[in-house]
Amino acid sequence: MQVNEGFKPTIVAFCCNWCSYAGADLAGTNRLQYPADVKIIRVPCSCRVNPLFILRAFQRGADGVILCGCHPGDCHYTTGNYYARRRMTLLFSMLDYLGIERERTRVEWVSAAEGVKFAATMNDFVSTVTALGENKRLEDLRCKAN
Amino acid sequence: MQRIGVFVCWCGSNIAATVDVEAVAEALSHEPGVVFSANYQYMCSEAGQNLIKDAIRDHQLTGVVICSCSPRMHEQTFRKTAAAAGLNPYMVEIANIREQCSWIHKDKAAGTEKAIILGRAAVAKVHLNAPLVAGESPVTKRALVIGGGIAGIQTALDIADAGFEVDIVEKEPTIGGKMTQLDKTFPTLDCAACILTPKMVDCAQDERIHIYAYSEVEKVEGFVGNFTVTIKKKARFVDETKCTGCGLCTEKCPQKKVPNLFNLGLDTRRAIYIPFAQAVPKVATIDADYCNMLKNGKCGVCAKVCTAGAIDYKQTDQHIEEKYGAIVVATGYNPIKLDSFEEYAYAQSPDVVTSLEFERLTNAAGPTGGTLLRPSDGKHPHTIVFVQCVGSRDTSGCGKPYCSKICCMYTAKHAMLTRDKYPDTEVYVFYIDVRTPGKNFDEFYRRAVEEYGVHYIKGMVGKVAPQADGTLMVQASDLISNEQLHISADMVVLAAAIEPDKSARPLATMLTASMDTNDFFTEAHPKLRPVESPTAGIFLSGACQGPKDIPETVAQAGAAASKVIGLLSKNKLTGNPCVARSDEMLCNGCSSCEKVCPYGAISYEDKEFRMPNRTVAIRRVAKVNPAVCQGCGACTVACPSGAMDLLGFSNRQIMAEVDAICK
Amino acid sequence: MQSQLIERAKALLADGTVDRVLGWKAGEFAYDMTPALFSSAQELDEGFAYDAFCGANLSKYLVKESRKGGRVLAFLKPCDTYSMNQLLKEHRILRENVYLIGVPCQGKTDVETLRALGITSITAARQEGEDLVVETLYGQRRIPLAEAMAERCKACKGKKHMIYDERIGEEGELENPDRFGQVAALEAMSSEERFAFWRGELSRCIRCNACRNVCPACTCEQCVFDNPASGVDNKAAATSFEENMFHIIRAFHVAGRCTDCGECSRVCPQRIPLHLLNRKFIKDINTFYGEYQAGEEAEGRTPLTAYTEGDVEPSVVYTKGGND
Repeated sequence: MQVNEGFKPTIVAFCCNWCSYAGADLAGTNRLQYPADVKIIRVPCSCRVNPLFILRAFQRGADGVILCGCHPGDCHYTTGNYYARRRMTLLFSMLDYLGIERERTRVEWVSAAEGVKFAATMNDFVSTVTALGENKRLEDLRCKAN
Repeated sequence: MQRIGVFVCWCGSNIAATVDVEAVAEALSHEPGVVFSANYQYMCSEAGQNLIKDAIRDHQLTGVVICSCSPRMHEQTFRKTAAAAGLNPYMVEIANIREQCSWIHKDKAAGTEKAIILGRAAVAKVHLNAPLVAGESPVTKRALVIGGGIAGIQTALDIADAGFEVDIVEKEPTIGGKMTQLDKTFPTLDCAACILTPKMVDCAQDERIHIYAYSEVEKVEGFVGNFTVTIKKKARFVDETKCTGCGLCTEKCPQKKVPNLFNLGLDTRRAIYIPFAQAVPKVATIDADYCNMLKNGKCGVCAKVCTAGAIDYKQTDQHIEEKYGAIVVATGYNPIKLDSFEEYAYAQSPDVVTSLEFERLTNAAGPTGGTLLRPSDGKHPHTIVFVQCVGSRDTSGCGKPYCSKICCMYTAKHAMLTRDKYPDTEVYVFYIDVRTPGKNFDEFYRRAVEEYGVHYIKGMVGKVAPQADGTLMVQASDLISNEQLHISADMVVLAAAIEPDKSARPLATMLTASMDTNDFFTEAHPKLRPVESPTAGIFLSGACQGPKDIPETVAQAGAAASKVIGLLSKNKLTGNPCVARSDEMLCNGCSSCEKVCPYGAISYEDKEFRMPNRTVAIRRVAKVNPAVCQGCGACTVACPSGAMDLLGFSNRQIMAEVDAICK
Repeated sequence: MQSQLIERAKALLADGTVDRVLGWKAGEFAYDMTPALFSSAQELDEGFAYDAFCGANLSKYLVKESRKGGRVLAFLKPCDTYSMNQLLKEHRILRENVYLIGVPCQGKTDVETLRALGITSITAARQEGEDLVVETLYGQRRIPLAEAMAERCKACKGKKHMIYDERIGEEGELENPDRFGQVAALEAMSSEERFAFWRGELSRCIRCNACRNVCPACTCEQCVFDNPASGVDNKAAATSFEENMFHIIRAFHVAGRCTDCGECSRVCPQRIPLHLLNRKFIKDINTFYGEYQAGEEAEGRTPLTAYTEGDVEPSVVYTKGGND
């Protein structure tokens, strides 16, 4: 994969409180490294993430947005990630349809025990987005100017 | 504008080694609304907490941002700190600069930059925080147990033992459930009645337990701590308060041709009956489908012979409304119907029986008085074939995809007891796998094979064909020796899969408790909250949650009881204040939110709104019950108009964090 | 047909079944048939019309009309009944306050479609058998209706009404047109080509909100784009992002609820093929979660308020369509 030298992407990671945020904490506890470009926003459940938030992130200059939740079947609220899965599948498909690079969005299921997976996921996502370069197709130049 | 204080923790060197904490405190001090910014070695220490408290008081802070370890670690600590200084605890936000920053980044410049951004996001969020107060609701100190089998009985006894009132609703005329129909229990072979009936009597005698037998739950309203339940007490045409259970009526009733359901229709009973001798309550019931008096007004024998004057042909269904703080579902299981398994000739031959029927045929109180006789001719069977997994682990669509769990063990029990009592009988067991994971289970199975000489054959039975001579030709394959077998059997016993009772699905709807595709109730968490339903205040006991044997059922029943006791021992329930709230001015009443709510926390009401020109409009709007909502936020995204929002994680708050991070 | 509808409406007004009638009447020109309310026989005689230009879907008007007291008669074409059901499912229409008459439809045309065929200066139009006869200032034009039909009618879901209190004309049949050819063609393009295509289309958006205002699925008491507290409000699309955002969110909000009635594209003054956004969601829903037609029933869950444990993962998006 080609690497864009010097480009530091802005990555927003929405993590559900019960599994993925805990998985991220575990990655930290185990000192597993991943780029500082990833900034995590804690939400109670993956089903809390509104497509508006994802578009908002791109608008304000994010280069990639990833949503992490409990594995299907393990949702703290039983069914939240099932709804999130459908919503994100359709949203990502629509973004792709509009020609927005589909690699800029991702959903990954990370349990509280999967610190290693969390770090690996973030490393992979950051390198994918870095290779894509700056988000040009869904940006708001007014926000960039500030 | 909020007055925000920022507190950056070093966590010794845990944070300070890779994040320049002073730089972070300095940078955040320039954020809008930040009036105080400090860093300290251990913010969670008493001295650190005092620093926060003093700053809240001295600087009249309205919001606090702590840049420290994960909120999963110390959010509660710092919320309490804030509360101690008079600040609403929900005005505190944590920026996780340890697990999600200092511990994972080696480069200090990058770590510091990220810590500042995370702090900035927390400041941006706090700007939009509002004080939240957890709602309180009272608790009705009474529990309802739905289902009076061993699960319900054990749960009720344990709850009553802790001093709480508990009602059992049982749809049959007596409590006891499936276990009353069993003969012996594996792996210890003690008699089911001997261990169960004392518990039934305990239920009857405990003044804190009230049994609604021959009753069903009709309606459930309310929420955790405050349920109102309507119970339908079906007419049994016998006054329970007068009947002494003497049984004279059940001997004199002239209608003798009623299938005895307690013996699974293997013999008959009268139209007025007591299911079995140890029934609780021991009260007669008239079967309205067969009673001549109720059908055409001609008879009245039972009323004539009853010295207590308990017979009441005019009795009607009663509807009783009761209030409960907690509800336990213990609706149990049934063997599946075998209609779609024609290959086993269950419908064609009376000598092909289910395992539960076999229990009755070996039970001393059963139709044969405990002597194993063929139902067709009453002769002693010399060859018996047991077939396991009839409808279990079946993905063909005829049966159930899951393992019914108890069949391997009871089949081993049946085979062993048959060989023990009738050594001249050859016993074959056909299995897919023998599953014996339980205390003393495998030893039990091995004894059946090694000591009792039961022929275990790995393979499925393809066909059971009734022969002209009254025998049953069993065609099967032996998968290990890879040959076809033809066994001439006198009886075939089918280990039918078990499924949740049919009453469970409508009950789940009433309780807004979720079920899986097999109609088993779903747990709040499959590992960590196995006896609670996701719906607060609803608990699960026994096989309604999944196939279980008796020891497991009793263990789960006790666990459910302890959860109920924990709930009922509280005087007030304090909710999680981070719950969904609907803005009724924006609400369309479209029901999208209600459909995705796993807790049934959302209801609708028609509300009047004042409109321009002094007109009034009535609109359907959503209402969230904060005592039931758990704050997942599924509804907030389902809502197209943005009327539904989540306190503590509002749309604006999350967007503010996004903005701060992406800036 | 028109006189039959008028007679029936008059009868229902006269016997008190309804106190007003929702139908269509001619606007300034013969071809701008506009939804209108009639409350007397006289008004019906003077204004009520039903012809090949009556494409407007009346169901959305019932959200407000059904709450005004009294009972309103509405004429619904087969495709309008899907919207009706969907609105009933969402409790937006009070069923007891509406009386629904299903009316037959052979497909509708509109002035833009006719102009594209080179027919201008239209003064009147009528249907004669399978043909559309258009009177223009330059004389009469006769074209097969199949040719003159609006794009959406060429992908008609069928002539069967999903809901009605009474029906005028024979019961129609369901049809199974290929609605997704254009979507599939777009999917087959490269990401760059798709981006270029949609920029070309969406950059023409003037944010007139006609698509939203006509959409029977967009009946929010207050739209998020009009609500200053929503955090995403905007009145005009100032940047390419906002052009995208409005249409993505609008399509997402109606996903699983859109009946594919095509009103959005019909009313767009910029001729943006907005239905291709909605159809993308419909196509995905059908592919991922099984065939679903919003508005077929007046009860039940939509695909986004339902799930199965074995649903596809969002990563399915990376493995389909496009070639980059």
